[in-house]
Amino acid sequence: MKAGILALQGAFREHREVLDALGAEVVEVRLPQHLAGIDAIVLPGGESTTIERLLGTSGLRGPLSGVLAEGLPALATCAGLILLATEVRDGRPDQDPLAVIDCAVRRNGYGRQRESFEVPLDVRGLHGGPFPGVFIRAPVIERTGPAVEVLAEHAGDPVLARQGALVVATFHPELAGDMRLHQWFLNEVS
Amino acid sequence: MAKCRIGHFAEAQVLQALGVDYVDESEVLTPADEAHHVDKWAFTVPFVCGATNLGEALRRISEGACLIRSKGEAGTGNIVEAVRHLRSILGDIRKLTQATPEELFGWAKTLQAPLELVQEVAGRGELPVPMFCAGGIATPADASLVMQLGAQSVFVGSGIFKSSDPPGRAKAIVEATTHFRDADILVKVSRGLGEAMPGDEIETLDVKLAERGW
Repeated sequence: MKAGILALQGAFREHREVLDALGAEVVEVRLPQHLAGIDAIVLPGGESTTIERLLGTSGLRGPLSGVLAEGLPALATCAGLILLATEVRDGRPDQDPLAVIDCAVRRNGYGRQRESFEVPLDVRGLHGGPFPGVFIRAPVIERTGPAVEVLAEHAGDPVLARQGALVVATFHPELAGDMRLHQWFLNEVS
Repeated sequence: MAKCRIGHFAEAQVLQALGVDYVDESEVLTPADEAHHVDKWAFTVPFVCGATNLGEALRRISEGACLIRSKGEAGTGNIVEAVRHLRSILGDIRKLTQATPEELFGWAKTLQAPLELVQEVAGRGELPVPMFCAGGIATPADASLVMQLGAQSVFVGSGIFKSSDPPGRAKAIVEATTHFRDADILVKVSRGLGEAMPGDEIETLDVKLAERGW
């Protein structure tokens, strides 16, 4: 299993530590050639506008869209989810997501930094009890399309969802101290 | 991110009530307290604090800082202090990882830092919080240098705002930070940026901001 991690900005290092611990071969993706030969990709949290701009300057935007459209499994967390959504609310006027997962996402949907929170989540199909949800200036998924399966909710909103091989989370599983979601992504999705 | 003066907890309370994302308890403002920093555990807003050496970094973490920035010398456009502080912090961390358990008691005394944090850093080989580099970064190559030395990201202020083309330079330094090991990209983003901010000699400064903090 060769897993890429989009390493332009944000929490890529924390994802890497989890994937390393799970025994995956990890590639940090900063340029188009780094996509070659990977079996899955993680799109980390961070600042979605910055990541989007760096996708443009690095030349990765087109090739990444291409491999995702061809079915490359992806785990996208927080800002990574915003990159993949078809609709971004409260974004910048020039926000231009890759639009590969059918949902509407509101940036900073719970408020500012100090409104960040942790809450246990019941994840459908995940054994071993609730998963620790770490929400940091998290987005809120306000609409999901018919192809999207919701796997966990908090306060009535989806926080973990799947559309085929694309898995998106509004929280940060890489900071949970619990590797079950990454393990599930590598085993079941990829 | 908004700055409060060192030790000025009331100023920090106001910033938290305003809803800022981070408070930087910063030495670039005149300190409000000559002996104490803010008790950052009393806040829900996260704090970043500056450090020139490992002991200072660990004291700030023990007070509740969740992000450390190596201080450098702010506003100078001179990278030498940033390099000195990074090398001091990261060099001492490398020494801690080689120390025996009884030597760590001595290290705690030398660093004037809590023993538990010294032991944790010795075990992990890194700080328990992220460390950014600030103070004197003026070029894309400066950003690459401090990233290669071990900073996890960079803060740049006057290095951008006092240059001849702030938007272009900001973009170039962001790209240089992402691609910090790729000299070909460094060459590409460094072209056509105009003048960098003029650098100050550290010895000519009347006030050295990095010396503020206890």
